[in-house]
Parts: sequence; C-alpha cells; structure tokens
Amino acid sequence: MSATTPITASTSGTGTTPGARTAVRPPIRTSTAVRTYLAVELRRALRNRRNLIFSVVMPPVFFLIFGLQGGYQTQSAGNGNVTAWIAVSMALYGAMVTATGGGASVSVERAQGWTRQLRLTPLRPAVYVAVKLASAMALGAVSVLVTLVVAGATGAQMTLGAWILCALLAWVGSLVFAAFGLFMGYLLPAENVMQILGPVLALLSFGGGLFVPLGDGWWASVAQFFPTYGLAELVHAPLGGDLGVAAVLNVVAWAAIFFVGAAWRFRKDTARV
Amino acid sequence: MTSTSTTTSPPPSALSLRGLRKEFPSPAGPVRAVDGIDLEIAPGEVVAFLGPNGAGKTSTIDMVLGLSAPTSGAVQVFGAEPADAIAAGRVAAVMQTGGLLRDITVGETVALTAALFGRTGSPAPYLERAGIADLADRMVGKCSGGQQQRLRFAMALVSEPDLLLLDEPTTGMDVEGRREFWAAIRADAAAGRTVVFATHYLEEADTYADRVVLVSQGRVVADGSTAEVRSLASGRTVSARIDDDGERAAVAARLRDLPVVDAIDHRGARLVVRTPDSDVVARFLLTQTPACDLEVASENLEDAFVALTATASTSSATRTDGATR
Repeated sequence: MSATTPITASTSGTGTTPGARTAVRPPIRTSTAVRTYLAVELRRALRNRRNLIFSVVMPPVFFLIFGLQGGYQTQSAGNGNVTAWIAVSMALYGAMVTATGGGASVSVERAQGWTRQLRLTPLRPAVYVAVKLASAMALGAVSVLVTLVVAGATGAQMTLGAWILCALLAWVGSLVFAAFGLFMGYLLPAENVMQILGPVLALLSFGGGLFVPLGDGWWASVAQFFPTYGLAELVHAPLGGDLGVAAVLNVVAWAAIFFVGAAWRFRKDTARV
Repeated sequence: MTSTSTTTSPPPSALSLRGLRKEFPSPAGPVRAVDGIDLEIAPGEVVAFLGPNGAGKTSTIDMVLGLSAPTSGAVQVFGAEPADAIAAGRVAAVMQTGGLLRDITVGETVALTAALFGRTGSPAPYLERAGIADLADRMVGKCSGGQQQRLRFAMALVSEPDLLLLDEPTTGMDVEGRREFWAAIRADAAAGRTVVFATHYLEEADTYADRVVLVSQGRVVADGSTAEVRSLASGRTVSARIDDDGERAAVAARLRDLPVVDAIDHRGARLVVRTPDSDVVARFLLTQTPACDLEVASENLEDAFVALTATASTSSATRTDGATR
C-alpha cells in the first residue's frame, strides 16, 4: 500500500491511437535555413539605430571632422593626399567597430538564451556563428563604402587601384576584429559588452597609429604590439610607403590569437553539457 | 549514452528513461540533481512531471533534449538518441525563460524557426494554433510574459514534434494567461501529440494531465493516472500524543502491522498516521494504547503532495516511515 509502488498507467487516457500521427518532415536544407537567417540578421542590423550610428554614421562624420582640416587636401601622402589617408583610417575603423559588434553579439544572444534555443533546432552552432559574422561583414562593407564615398566626394584623392585595394583590405582585415569581438564576448559575458569594447577600440586605434601617425618616438616601438597596428599599416600600404615585416607579423599573430581564442571558447561553450 | 535496451520492439516509447542520473560538481562535493529515474512514456500520453522546485525536473528535461549529458543512465526519444531526435524535429520544447530575440517580430521569430527546420511558407498556421495570430507584427520585446510563452509554443510547433516538452510553462503568468495557454496546448494534444510538462502547480497537473509522475529529490516517488494519484490523497490522517518515548516507539511498531496504515510520521510527542480507514486506527489508538489528544483530519491533494515529496532533510523533526521513497 505504500506510495512507492508505481501505479502503472496502463492507458494513455486520451483515447488516441499511439503512433497514429504521421508528421510530414521535409528534408532540412541548410541553404534555406542560412538564407532566411541571414535575411533576419540583416533586417535586425538595419533596425538597430544605435549600431547603425556607430557603424555607418560616425566613421564618415569623423572623417569630415578630421580629414578636411587645413591643407590636408593639398598635402601628399604617397599615392594620394592626406585626406585620403584619413579616409582609409576611418573606413577601417568603421569596419572594425562593426565586425567587433557582430562578434560580440554572439555572447549577448547567448546570455539571452537564444543559442540554447537554437540547439533545439537542427542548426549547427558553427553555422550560427558564421551567419552572425556574415551579416556583420555585410554591414561592414556598407560602412567602408559609405565612408569612402563621402571621402571621395569631399576631396580625398588617390589612384583608382589604391581606392579599391584600401577598401578591400579594410573590409577583409576587419575579420580579425570579428574574432576579437567573438572572443571578448565569451570572456566578458555582458549584455552591454560593446559599451566596454567601443572605448577599447578607440584607444587601440589611437595607440596603434590608426588615427594619428606614430612618428619616430618611443611610442612607435610600443605601438607595434597593438592589435590595430598591423592592420593600420596594411590598409595604408596601397597609398605607398613600405610595409614592414613587423606589421605583417602583427596582423598574423593577432589574427591567430583572436581566432584560436574564439574557437577555444566556442568549443568549450558548445561542449558545456 | 549507450543503450543496452534489448526489449524494444515497435512501436518504441515516446520517451524512455533508464537509471537516469545527473550530478553537478559543487565545492561541497557532487550534488545529485537526478538520482536514478526510470520512466516509460507511451505515444499520445499527456504527462505531468510534478514536483517541488529543485526536484530535478529541469535537469531531466535538459537531458531529454540533449542539452546536457547524463552522468549515467540512458535517454531515448522514440528509440533514438536525444540529439538525433532534435535534429529530426521529433522532439521540441517550450522552455521557462529566455530563448527569444527581442528585436524581431513574433511572425519573424516563427518564420525563422520554421526555416531552420527546412520549412518555408507562412508562419500564420503556427501562430494561429498557439493563439497569437493577432500578434504577428509585434516586436517580441513588447510582448507580455504569457504572449512570449505562447510564442515559444508556436516555435515548438513548427517541427510538428511527436513529443513536446514544457518546462514550467506557466510560471509568472496570470490566471487568464495560464488558461489561454493551456487551452492552446490541450487543443493541440488532442491531435495525439505526446506532451510532457514539468510543473509545481498541483492544480495544473490535476487539470491537464492524464498521468502524473511525482518527483522529489531526483527520484520518482509516485506514478499513476491523475485519478490514481488523487486516490492516494483520499485518505485521512490520525494523530495522537504519546508522551513516553519508548511507549511511542512500541505503538508505532504495532501500528505498522495494521494493514490500513500507509505511513507514520513522528512529530515531537505526536504520531501522525496516514490511513484510508481512520476509524480502525482511532479505535486501536484509543482502546489499546496510552495515546491521548487524538485528532482526525482529511487529506487533500496538497497534503498528499507534501507527504510524498517531503524528505528527511526538509524537517529533521519529521521522520516518515514506509510510504515515501
């Protein structure tokens, strides 16, 4: 008579025939899933006014403030004028901020339980991260284009090859910062992680010589270790001047650190069970 | 995660748990959240997983969904591993909180979920079935808790799962929201879907389930149809005071031999006896023992729930003989 004795439920009670349901399940095509998800992500990006201001309004505005001063339009900087040099800096800055935000949003959505929800779908976690980065890179491309178009319309001058190469380098190079955002997001799990990373990016940009030339002082040696240094050198390379070994090493090393770090945290996170 | 099942013959259980255990590390040593659960749920059943907070309900559901791995034991969903059942869309879940993007609309959320399962086309039918068709264009962040919960339900519907798990689905909902939510679930379950829901509301289990599995401290303490579990509670309690410790122990031992006694609790100087036949117990106590100050009380479902899920650790003054565990 004790309650431990299981009272075996012999009937289902609903009177339905077990197994009578035959759900029609279409084969899952990753391409459909990815296309729809990307569309949703792009719509979210366009709706997020705050992010849009940081990605596509501030970089060209910074350019207009700093790039058109004094005689910058008439001063030469390699294959272009100083105005173009600053335009390229701002294009990279915009792409960097956008990519970092995209990477960091993964951890924000993780904190909101969205990635857990996604694990109840057939979508693989790696595909999810790829979609997030792809949409960030798409917005990054818009950011680079807007800044360079504004610059071209207001007096930046460089050779056609330099325009194209600089744009591509800024855009592709920002992938390093997508990994940075992803990695930092995992390390600093906060809903407002970009409020920390935004100022950090600005400081890194100043320190690494993206906003102002480094000159020949002691800072120039320190700056070589900043994650922004290599990319800053790289994007300006099409304007002329020589690209040092240190710059290339810097990009490769930081890319490796951020990608390995992000992959490590990502794997740890998805294996968390 | 290896299954040693040799007896499975078609059709397999909707859900099969065998010797399921889950331990979490803690500074004070491993904490056992799930402590050996065996359970078979047939296709088409609507089962309430009833227990107090911390009984191991969510831990169990996480393992069924493949969100966490058992420390030992096996989980099978329609004869498959949880991860495969998820990938095939055979099992879906409505989680307690989170899991929503606030800056997209209700319709977009369901359409996206559908696309992830390879379904194109309008999300409208799912919204309809979840009772939120009128909210399609509303931003998720602007929805109330109850509306968000019905959105989670709509998301769970897109894969047309054969097994639907609901983890405390109505927590934080008002009475109206709760009723509407269950109306949607019930209408859907009538089509033959297997539904397992965790709850700590007795009333919910009583009203909406065909079968109740009572869990406490990571174990199943009772398992039966709602009527059967309710009948567990149809008994009464007889309590009486016996001041002498030795005398009391002796009476308890004699009571245990009575066929009508379900359980005996010691509460200070009082013995509390659960029984379906209070007359027999009362007559025995008053005529053959020194017991005095006798009380008879009828039990409700709440009492049965408390009695069945009570544990030694919750009250050191209460020791339960026999019935529980």
